[in-house]
Amino acid sequence: MKSLPLLLANLRRKKVRTTLTVGSFAVALFLYGILAVVRGAFSQGVDVAGVDRLVIINKVSLIQPLPVSYQERLRRIPGVKDVTYASWFGGVYQDERNFFPIFGIDMNTYRSVFPEFAISEDQWKAFLEDREGAVVGEGLVERFGWKLGDRIPIKGTIFPGTWEFNIRAIYKGAQLQTDVTQFWFRGDMLEERKPFQKGMVGWYTVRTTSPDESVSVAKAIDEMFSNSQWETKTETEKSFAASFVKQMGNIEFLILTIGGVVFFTLLLVTGNTMAIAVRERVRELAVLKAIGYSNSSVLFLVLMESLVIAALGGGAGLLLAKLFTLRGDPTGGLLPFFYLPPQAIISGLALALGIGAIAGITPAISAMRLRVVDALRRV
Amino acid sequence: MVSVDVQGSSNALIQVRSLEKTYHRGSEELHVLQRLDLDVEAGDFVAFMGPSGSGKSTLLNLLGGLDTPTSGSIKVAGDEITRLSAGELTQWRARHVGFVFQMYNLIPVLTAYQNVELPLLLTSLSRSERRRHVEAAMALVGVADRMQHYPGQLSGGQGQRVGIARALVADPTFLLCDEPTGDLDRKSADEIMDLITRLSEEQGKTVLLVTHDPLAAQRAGAVLHLEKGVLVEAAIARTAG
Repeated sequence: MKSLPLLLANLRRKKVRTTLTVGSFAVALFLYGILAVVRGAFSQGVDVAGVDRLVIINKVSLIQPLPVSYQERLRRIPGVKDVTYASWFGGVYQDERNFFPIFGIDMNTYRSVFPEFAISEDQWKAFLEDREGAVVGEGLVERFGWKLGDRIPIKGTIFPGTWEFNIRAIYKGAQLQTDVTQFWFRGDMLEERKPFQKGMVGWYTVRTTSPDESVSVAKAIDEMFSNSQWETKTETEKSFAASFVKQMGNIEFLILTIGGVVFFTLLLVTGNTMAIAVRERVRELAVLKAIGYSNSSVLFLVLMESLVIAALGGGAGLLLAKLFTLRGDPTGGLLPFFYLPPQAIISGLALALGIGAIAGITPAISAMRLRVVDALRRV
Repeated sequence: MVSVDVQGSSNALIQVRSLEKTYHRGSEELHVLQRLDLDVEAGDFVAFMGPSGSGKSTLLNLLGGLDTPTSGSIKVAGDEITRLSAGELTQWRARHVGFVFQMYNLIPVLTAYQNVELPLLLTSLSRSERRRHVEAAMALVGVADRMQHYPGQLSGGQGQRVGIARALVADPTFLLCDEPTGDLDRKSADEIMDLITRLSEEQGKTVLLVTHDPLAAQRAGAVLHLEKGVLVEAAIARTAG
């Protein structure tokens, strides 16, 4: 890379302009990074959904319950390996800003259906032995400074009163994307103390014997409960998570639109900058060609300049986004999985370089096609 | 020895035969060079004079491989350059031609050293070999103490010396100087012409010079006058016969 000094010197030529262009890339790629984090946070459930799990909800809506008696009937359907249920509790800890999901779970089956939540055997045993026991994700432990044995008061928003639980187990995520901000307590305790919806649960999750069975099992479940008082809607966990995300709006479309506008503007800004840079240097480029620099060398020089700007700015923006995410979820629990994955960093860099290449290619071609005699005549 | 109106082949370093360059401006044809024949021997110092539009710079561009003729041939050290492709011509220029421009045309963001090094970046020389060549060229033209200066920090005369060092550094077959003193005061112009003359006489460099300045032209071994694209007069001065 013998032309590196010339390349670097050209970047230093108009420091303000280079800084502003690099800054444009940095801002755009920072935004890209944050959008990727938000997208990842919303689709986290979709990404980690088990391929062999089905979610069964009331056909009317998710908030309508289903009878607890369905569990045994579900278990008897061919292709069903395990059945568990959970109920949304809807409570807050100390303050309404402290939001996290709280479920009453079937402690006999929940663990086998959701093996991605890693809990030590002795802690799980302690949870089973305490009627007011709770299992909390390590994210909550970190956020609130909890420890095993702490007594946690939760103010019910659906079921009235203050409910107190003892932390008996702390779970970790088997995968990076596993949600570690959940709070579980025993479903039998909820059933005993809740003043209404007796004998009802929130939803069921079924584990099938094989992912290939999922479609037929889902069909069999919905047929079994059709024309009953509580008809069901069964979906794969992935599809359930995706439709759950869609309830919040078309996040993907929103992110793509914002990103598209930002990057198109960036393309125009960079393309214009590079075109001006080449126009200002016509004589110098002509001299380089006169003394023996080939067309491809000149093309390479201009294109590399654009790519270096893109790489510097893009890298800085993504680094800032990464640093920003290291501070954790800034929304107080709405986006528990606030993480910029390496794939997003790589695709962000590729995107920046792509824009740098597109922005630089036209000025680079015009530099390459420059006629030395004409260019040297220009003042 | 410079010869004009020569026919057939010769052993001259540069052989120009029936060279024509015509530009088209709408339906009008502009014959800038007309059937020009010329031989330049190795080591010759030739000045081209003539009024503006006489074809001096066009001839220099053709001899330097920056432009292609409408017809005719140019042979340099046995290479017929009019038959070379654009890419081949670029490589040929890097090997054979040292350009000295009126406005020096140094890259303002590079130091004098880096400017002189530019032609060597196209060669396979190592960094230390390049350094040796650059230092020798800059010492030869008298700007060894200005290596780390940027063009904006140099006087006109110093800038042109750096330009000459850049032209010389790759040891080209010949130097093409397009009005090298056109932007300089008399004293600096004389110093530059002293330098070019010395390069011709002491280093044996073949020099082709385009100039409006009769004092500069006087330094050449031969002065060729162009008028309307035709060599009208060949004044053989000083050393040339």
